[in-house]
Amino acid sequence: MPRGGNRGVKFGVVRFPGTCDEVDAYLAASRVGDAEILWHADADLKGVDAVIVPGGFSYGDHLRVGAVARFAPVMAEVETFAADGGLVLGICNGFQVLCEAGLLPGALLPNTSLKFTCRQVDLEVVNASTSWTNVTAVGDVLSIPAKHTTGRYYAPDATLDELEANGQVVLKYAPGHNFNGSVRDIAGVSNAAGNVVGLMPHPEHAVDPLTGSADGLKLFASAAAVPA
Amino acid sequence: MSRVRVLIRPKAGILDPQGQTVERALPALGFEGVTNVHVGRLVELDVEDESQLPAMCEKLLANPLIEDYQIQWPEATGQNQNAGPDAPRR
Repeated sequence: MPRGGNRGVKFGVVRFPGTCDEVDAYLAASRVGDAEILWHADADLKGVDAVIVPGGFSYGDHLRVGAVARFAPVMAEVETFAADGGLVLGICNGFQVLCEAGLLPGALLPNTSLKFTCRQVDLEVVNASTSWTNVTAVGDVLSIPAKHTTGRYYAPDATLDELEANGQVVLKYAPGHNFNGSVRDIAGVSNAAGNVVGLMPHPEHAVDPLTGSADGLKLFASAAAVPA
Repeated sequence: MSRVRVLIRPKAGILDPQGQTVERALPALGFEGVTNVHVGRLVELDVEDESQLPAMCEKLLANPLIEDYQIQWPEATGQNQNAGPDAPRR
């Protein structure tokens, strides 16, 4: 696989059985730094500076999305890494896994349509100071694709109030783009420290104008801009 | 070894489009007077140590943030019976 030059930041992309977007995440990360695939059964992060839990259908999404992946050996390492301030990005199924793991608040429910939906969505940046959005500005609109059946963000009202007050709502669907029924149009959230971010749409599929948008690259560039 | 059932359903108050779809479909087939339809899932399992079941439910079988679960404990005979109204419920 093509590799980026050594530009300082090394990304680790987790691969579970059923993961399908790890190569795109790897290629996106390679544009701004080095990247490596991490195997789910290895309790080893190989010294990476940032971890991406990519999209797909980890362990077949059996029982409940992300429920089994959350207990993979590599995830125990990711949890320690995140607690120490390490940069972690969960995309789609990866977002679901991070929520199941308790690294991010909330849960993802089936889309209100109950249908798999694949479409380009506009996302508004609500918090531009997280480790994964720091090269954007509040109010920026990012055009990136979303594709999922289970992506309706949910958290109890009290939790949502707290998230909004703490700036943990990172990305919202722009008006008319909340196709899955997420509460308060939330597309992506962070932990309290801002080093762990998760979102349902796929920034790794929007890194080149050739395929319609390079807005997604900003998330990877943000992580690369964080001093190690 | 006991045969145990765990019933899992969406928490009350959370939008349940699957249940709503079923609820809307029933009158179309002539079944009137049906409300509060919720679609969940059933996990059947044989367990040696029943005391571990609540922890299993909290940790893996259900997501307590979005789902309620009901453990249908086996009768003393080992035969699985439907839980009565006193069955544990959260």
